[in-house]
Amino acid sequence: MEKGTGLPVVPGVAIGPVVVWRKTTAQPDQAGDAAEEKAKFNAALEKARSQLTSLFEKAGVELGEEQAAIVEVQLLLLNDLDYLEAVNHAIEGGKSAASAVLDAGDAFAQEFAVMDDDYMKARSADIRDMARRLYGILSGSAGLQLPEGACVLVAEELAPSELLQLPRERMLALVTQQGSLSGHTAILARMMNIPSLMQADITFAAAKGCQLLAVDGFAGAWYTDPDAETLTALKAKQQEVVAAKDALEAYRGRKSVTRSGRKVLLTANIGCPEDATEAIRADAEGVGLMRSEFLYLGRESLPTEEELYEAYKKVAEIMGDRPVVIRTLDIGADKQARCLGLEKEENPALGLRGLRVCLTNEAIFRTQLRAIYRASAYGRLYVMFPLVASLWELKTAKAICAEVRRELEREGCLTRDVPIGVMVETPAAAILANSLAREAAFFSVGTNDLTQYTLAADRQNAKLGRFCDPRHPALMALLAHVAKVARDNGIWAGVCGELAAEPEMQVRLIEMGYTELSMPAGCILPARKHICEADV
Amino acid sequence: MKEIKHVIRDPLGMHARPAGKLVKAASAFASRITVAAPGGTADAKRLMALMRLAAKQGMELTITIEGDDEERAAAELQAFLAANL
Repeated sequence: MEKGTGLPVVPGVAIGPVVVWRKTTAQPDQAGDAAEEKAKFNAALEKARSQLTSLFEKAGVELGEEQAAIVEVQLLLLNDLDYLEAVNHAIEGGKSAASAVLDAGDAFAQEFAVMDDDYMKARSADIRDMARRLYGILSGSAGLQLPEGACVLVAEELAPSELLQLPRERMLALVTQQGSLSGHTAILARMMNIPSLMQADITFAAAKGCQLLAVDGFAGAWYTDPDAETLTALKAKQQEVVAAKDALEAYRGRKSVTRSGRKVLLTANIGCPEDATEAIRADAEGVGLMRSEFLYLGRESLPTEEELYEAYKKVAEIMGDRPVVIRTLDIGADKQARCLGLEKEENPALGLRGLRVCLTNEAIFRTQLRAIYRASAYGRLYVMFPLVASLWELKTAKAICAEVRRELEREGCLTRDVPIGVMVETPAAAILANSLAREAAFFSVGTNDLTQYTLAADRQNAKLGRFCDPRHPALMALLAHVAKVARDNGIWAGVCGELAAEPEMQVRLIEMGYTELSMPAGCILPARKHICEADV
Repeated sequence: MKEIKHVIRDPLGMHARPAGKLVKAASAFASRITVAAPGGTADAKRLMALMRLAAKQGMELTITIEGDDEERAAAELQAFLAANL
């Protein structure tokens, strides 16, 4: 038995026969005359187009539109005049079609690789992938064919389109000697749920020489012909994983109710509309926090009402009749939002941020509210304001909401009732919950900020460790108080900070009286399992 | 010579898909069509050149069209941009 390590890219345990794929190395080849080589190039283009078109359809059906888009980019690149001219020019200069496609591909890929933009950098890999496909066709290499039966694939590197081509059902695991965790191949492997290791120290000799290769995508380890002890341990791990997954899936579609009948709504924290799709996939019962910031960050100009409306509407539609709680703009001077023109501050955490920005800059507030009320016709929307510390802030904001709604109705726009709530994340709001409760339709506690303001400790300061306990008794007291006030005033209260995603805290929060917990989508099924099994 | 302007609304900016569609739309016309963005200028019929502009949501594009079919091109491209970017 030989063993080694690699970066764990996709978790899971797999054991099976190996298929080693070595790409044929680029041979310097003899070029025919320019006309011949151009003809070969055009034939290769046609073949590549046809291959990629089939791949595009396959990816669309198996993985969805977004992943199929990777393939689409390559189809578009095949038609790019700059690329075609570069290849033809090289051929006229005496290069073979095979060399020309590779060299031109590498040159353009390099241009994109050095761009500042992450999206453009990633396109560099697409350009290389496309060029290598053409090269493969021109140099007559057979491409990757898997033999019958399931296998563990070992390769130096795998391009995204190469992974897409493989029959998913026959892939037990993937081990590559290179590859990056954030590259497209890794992303695809995760989506396809194929246990994978990248940058693994496995040699082709070791891989070829064994009967079975075991891959541990949790620990980042591989074993050739594992001995009995290792095999038993790995198989046990495998069973555990399957059992855990099945146990969670059993809760899909079920209500979140404790054993003694206390109900809670498990909702997702989201940013953009794509997150909403993910939330539905994760069986979320609604959106407990839709952050509006993504529409403002990293931009020079303010988002228009149309842009905001499109985004809110899309989320409303995706979520159907499940509730969607939209939080209005929650940004301060410490974030990248040049379009807001916020002046630098000594203490941004205690400065002009959250609702204060909207009350100081009413135009920005009204644009958002108009978009929200217009979108309200398409779903079940709620709105809440961040960083509220006084009753007058809430009253002023509510008055503006009423004006905006009247304005829209005068314009002939259909709007629905949008219950207005507040985020409780300042000690002031928690202490005065009783007066806020008379004006708010609901509370949502932002435990992250409430903790730091209550303990006077920056939660991102590593030095403060024991001084910043997220389960501090003072915080627990405030949480209990807010839940009680909500109950006494007949309004609902939820939690949307990190605490809501922690299993033991979830039970405590339900005991306090919270009826909604909002968390990252992936935490929902585990939360439901925990809650349904709790005796609270 | 005709000039049209468009502020990008798509949250992903000028990514591969709308860029590819723009190339297709522009290639239907004989006119010379250039796109100017904060990141530079590009021939609207060349995909990689367009993508290299790294044009983001909120940026303004100025499209210059020169040729016999410039009138029709300007009208159709304006509509195309409004619907796709």
